[in-house]
Amino acid sequence: MTTLPFSPEQEIKKLIGRCEWASLRYLKETSTYRQVRNDLPEKNESMTDEGLMVEVLANGHFGHSATADLSSDGIARAFEKAMQTTQITSQVKAFSFKSDDRPPVRGKFESPRTKKLDSISVAEITDHLTAATKAMASSPLVVNRLAQATLIETDSFYFSTTGSDIHQNFNLIAIDFSATAAEGSENQTRSWSQTGQWGAEIFDRTRFVSEATRIGKESVALLKAENCPTGKMDLLLMPDQMMLQIHESIGHPLELDRILGDERNYAGWSFVQKEDFGKLQYGSKLMNISFDPQQAHEFASYEFDDSGIPAKKEFLIKAGVLQRGLGSQESQRRSGLPGVANSRATSWNRAPIDRMANINLEPGESTLEEMIAQVKHGILMRTNRSWSIDDYRNKFQFGCEMGELIENGKIVKIVRNPNYRAITVDFWNRLAAVGNLGTTGTYGTPYCGKGEPNQIIRVGHRSPACLFRDIEVFGG
Amino acid sequence: MNNLMNDLYPYFEDLSDRLLAGLNPGEDLSLNIAAEESLFVRFNKNAIRQNTNVEQITISLRLQVNHRSVEKSRSLRGQLREDMKSLTALLDECRHEAAQLPTDPHQVALANNGTSREEFRGELLAKEKIVEEILGAANGLDIAGLLGSGVVIRGNRNSLGQNHWFATESFFLDYSLYNGPKAAKGNYSGAKWNSDAWKKNLSRTRMQLEMLSKPLQKIPAGKYRSYLAPAAFGDLAGMLGWMGLSAAAWKQGRSPTKKLANGEAKFSPLFTLSENFSMGLAPRFNSLGEVAPLQSTLIEKGSWKQFLVSSRSAKEYGLQANFAIPEEFPRAIDIAPGTLSEKDILKEIGTGFYLSNLHYLNWSDPVTARVTGMTRYACLWVSNGEIAGPIQDLRFDESLYDALGSKLVALTDHAEIDPAIGTYVARDLGGKRAPGAIIDQFTFTL
Ligand SMILES: [Zn+2]
Repeated sequence: MTTLPFSPEQEIKKLIGRCEWASLRYLKETSTYRQVRNDLPEKNESMTDEGLMVEVLANGHFGHSATADLSSDGIARAFEKAMQTTQITSQVKAFSFKSDDRPPVRGKFESPRTKKLDSISVAEITDHLTAATKAMASSPLVVNRLAQATLIETDSFYFSTTGSDIHQNFNLIAIDFSATAAEGSENQTRSWSQTGQWGAEIFDRTRFVSEATRIGKESVALLKAENCPTGKMDLLLMPDQMMLQIHESIGHPLELDRILGDERNYAGWSFVQKEDFGKLQYGSKLMNISFDPQQAHEFASYEFDDSGIPAKKEFLIKAGVLQRGLGSQESQRRSGLPGVANSRATSWNRAPIDRMANINLEPGESTLEEMIAQVKHGILMRTNRSWSIDDYRNKFQFGCEMGELIENGKIVKIVRNPNYRAITVDFWNRLAAVGNLGTTGTYGTPYCGKGEPNQIIRVGHRSPACLFRDIEVFGG
Repeated sequence: MNNLMNDLYPYFEDLSDRLLAGLNPGEDLSLNIAAEESLFVRFNKNAIRQNTNVEQITISLRLQVNHRSVEKSRSLRGQLREDMKSLTALLDECRHEAAQLPTDPHQVALANNGTSREEFRGELLAKEKIVEEILGAANGLDIAGLLGSGVVIRGNRNSLGQNHWFATESFFLDYSLYNGPKAAKGNYSGAKWNSDAWKKNLSRTRMQLEMLSKPLQKIPAGKYRSYLAPAAFGDLAGMLGWMGLSAAAWKQGRSPTKKLANGEAKFSPLFTLSENFSMGLAPRFNSLGEVAPLQSTLIEKGSWKQFLVSSRSAKEYGLQANFAIPEEFPRAIDIAPGTLSEKDILKEIGTGFYLSNLHYLNWSDPVTARVTGMTRYACLWVSNGEIAGPIQDLRFDESLYDALGSKLVALTDHAEIDPAIGTYVARDLGGKRAPGAIIDQFTFTL
């Protein structure tokens, strides 16, 4: 059980009556990174990030002050700073909020795990990662063999002057392998990752060795492969590319704070307008997209967001029609649109903003074989390697590590440097088949960047394989 | 801690003296501290959307013992008793983990790389004046952006006696102005807030926005002669910093500049790129306390000169280190200017694009150094040397071997500093300087 370095009851009591409303959000997160390259230990590092965010409501404006000084004096000073700044800034506030926008909520959440993260030793992890880099060495052409493990333990507490009292504890894992084969000036990389809310049970040596062996061999095969052909053709995307496709062309444009213009000076605006909700045919009828913070083991599951709002599954897009935005209580109030509990902060030192969490594409009916059989001329693409999209989230170009050419319903050979480009709504309306549960994969990333000041956040994306018709595809 | 600029140095000295005194024989320790006291104010539609005061101190301990290294970092509270207790425990964890690791043959032994102390005091905008100064000046405009203002500190000591300190008080106001979907970008940053300079900066951006009120030009994808303003050209050429200048990426087969480094290809003789710390944007010492040369040329007149080489890469690959940071990213890119004067830019474009900014760049084919990205903000169609109007944003996809090679026609005679304004985890230091560039037949694909 985590013991807090301050007394929440006492500290909250001191704030009651001194502002319209206030909260204390304490976070302690220890991230451990282990990296083995070419069978040798390269990085053994950890970071313990610990501090407190004081949020106040003054003159109808929420203001924030963050400190790592957790003494009574430190907390009092942070509160004073928040009040001083907020009294000034509230003269020209973007919107007038009420304390109802932070309803009192009490609860607890613990992410699922069967073995605690600290039950595996440094020696064991190093040994597993070394076994993986050794397994990648199928040929002397594999010049760089990398295996990384990130283990994260997070404790988050939230208390408010109106009685909120929330504790969430997370165990998170990200495993990343990559093998680079090089010859002359050509090089090709294959990678594998596993990301989610797991404990030490995820360290499965047999699985690590088999995935590592596969990517080592594939990197060499790609080195010898032909370039991806150019032209309009069918595109079959596997879940480890679908995650990026969903993230960039659905997740970000549906963030209500982007639609409201908060993000215009950094990540950008959105092609989606307020009037589009309930109407826009975002994609084909096969397209069902959910915000699902309750998917066990997915990377960004939680029970309460960082403004203390209970989180539950909601459909963003149903049968291709846009239903709901990715907007917190604050954004819902400002826009008058339906949203979700997605007020999230990267750490104790940033104010929460509208973020993705788990954004998933619901499985359909097709098997992978059925989808391949439907393709006369096309490419199957795996694992994202390049990503770029405009600031309204329209024109994108994505590249993958590996392509497989499909001719007359059969995979005929692998091709290298596969890329495709399209425009968001047109692309999703070309969705012709959605894979079943058996084709589904769950991925995630710790590195979604957004916000001013900048914040990275963890997101999860679960998707089946999907088939799109007549897409502009090209090679290196 | 009441005042980081005054109080943190003696505090770090005290903490590190105590920790260094507790080392066992054979143990070496490097300590890095990073701290900031910042005020962030976020604007949208000429109003204040969010404000956050941040006070944070992070320390990292790197223990090297028996050819093994473990590094552990944590937030500091600023109270000696609590901090010493957690740091002593952290050092013990380092020892415990080091004992379980295999040896690291590429470990660089800690050394005494000298002593330095730099402090830059500024004059920041008082928070009481933010509303009047910023929103008052922008009255009637649709402004969005971020003010970041305060103290940023980096320090390093080690058990060999090394001691480096860098503290700076500075601010940035990164903003954009809107007229519906049309937007122009501005940045006002420095150490001393000057009301007139800010207002001049704002009116320049406003003039750019006004140019966008001309009729929208629908230009199809294709190859066009293009002028990339300093921010845009800095971003394009700055892609080299993403693996292209790293010795380790080259040795590990992942470098997009392999052909350049091997002498199989050249950039244009107009193109010279250095790492230049004399711009004063970043400390010269890295996390090992090694001090990089004040200026090192990496690409000279289109020919490869050297990679950024960390001591670790030097040891692993038998190279000469130039004391890059371990990740071998550049910290202070400086691209040499050319001879094109500001007044001749439109004439030199003739018919083509004037691009103020680019957005979301990524390698689309690293082997051929091909980069894709978007145009953003004030991007204009120029016809026969005259501005016709703004364009709909386009996607480009072009190899740097072409864009910085045979297609590079001219560089402007002035270069602009683009300070790092990143605030992931903490406020960044550093920045880059670049001129504007005319590129012929620049490839747009969507
Ligand atoms: Zn993202």
